[in-house]
Amino acid sequence: MSYGRYKKYHPLLYRPRHPILWWIKKWAYTRFILREMTSLAVMFYAIVLVLYVNAVAKGPEAFAAFSEWLASPLSITLHSVAFCFAVFHSYTWFNLAPKAMVIRVGKKKIPGSAIMAANYAMWAAVSVALYWVFTTI
Amino acid sequence: MDKRSNEPFWWALFGAGGVVAALTVPVLLLLTGIAFPLGWLPAPTHDSLYALFSHLLVRLAILVIVSLSAFHWAHRFRFTLYDGLQIKHLNAPVAFICYGSAIAFTVFAAVSLYTF
Repeated sequence: MSYGRYKKYHPLLYRPRHPILWWIKKWAYTRFILREMTSLAVMFYAIVLVLYVNAVAKGPEAFAAFSEWLASPLSITLHSVAFCFAVFHSYTWFNLAPKAMVIRVGKKKIPGSAIMAANYAMWAAVSVALYWVFTTI
Repeated sequence: MDKRSNEPFWWALFGAGGVVAALTVPVLLLLTGIAFPLGWLPAPTHDSLYALFSHLLVRLAILVIVSLSAFHWAHRFRFTLYDGLQIKHLNAPVAFICYGSAIAFTVFAAVSLYTF
């Protein structure tokens, strides 16, 4: 690609840099960054879940040790923060779903509110099912 | 040479992971990370969890949850780094590190769960 004859400044290539915390001044931007940050909570729990299963696999002592770590103030703090982010992820994900996925039946468009309601119903059903599994085994 | 973008592939994994994480992570995290350790609910014993995880299908479900969650993280975090830190010019290394971590984690999880 050619940008013409040599000159000191290239207005076409000029990209002003914004401060790193550009998103802090406006709630909509902060909310966007917080939403994107929910992925860290999701990753955190994916790691914890594998370690949890590993501890169970290793035997009662390893599981007792891991359970002790889970009850530590550090772990409770991490999990509490991660829980808030995880719920925020679910909330924003389900609310965006109708925009990402337009379903038509014949010529009729299924209203977004119906898709959202179906998502929330599914979330409730999965939560109850997993709660049931872990409290009845 | 095929110049088609591979973005849709990563986006599909991101989307699938987003759905799976939205449905399962809050309740699982609340149970194993908060309610059981704090004694809000009676924690399951080692024996009962061992019996639960002994089912291959249960471990397969866990693998699907953690792996898709990792790819969800990789894709989203990649763009958070671009936008947040304005490092779009580091496209290739950032993508490599993010997706590479998700692939490495998936291998780790698969081996762990397979050799349960």
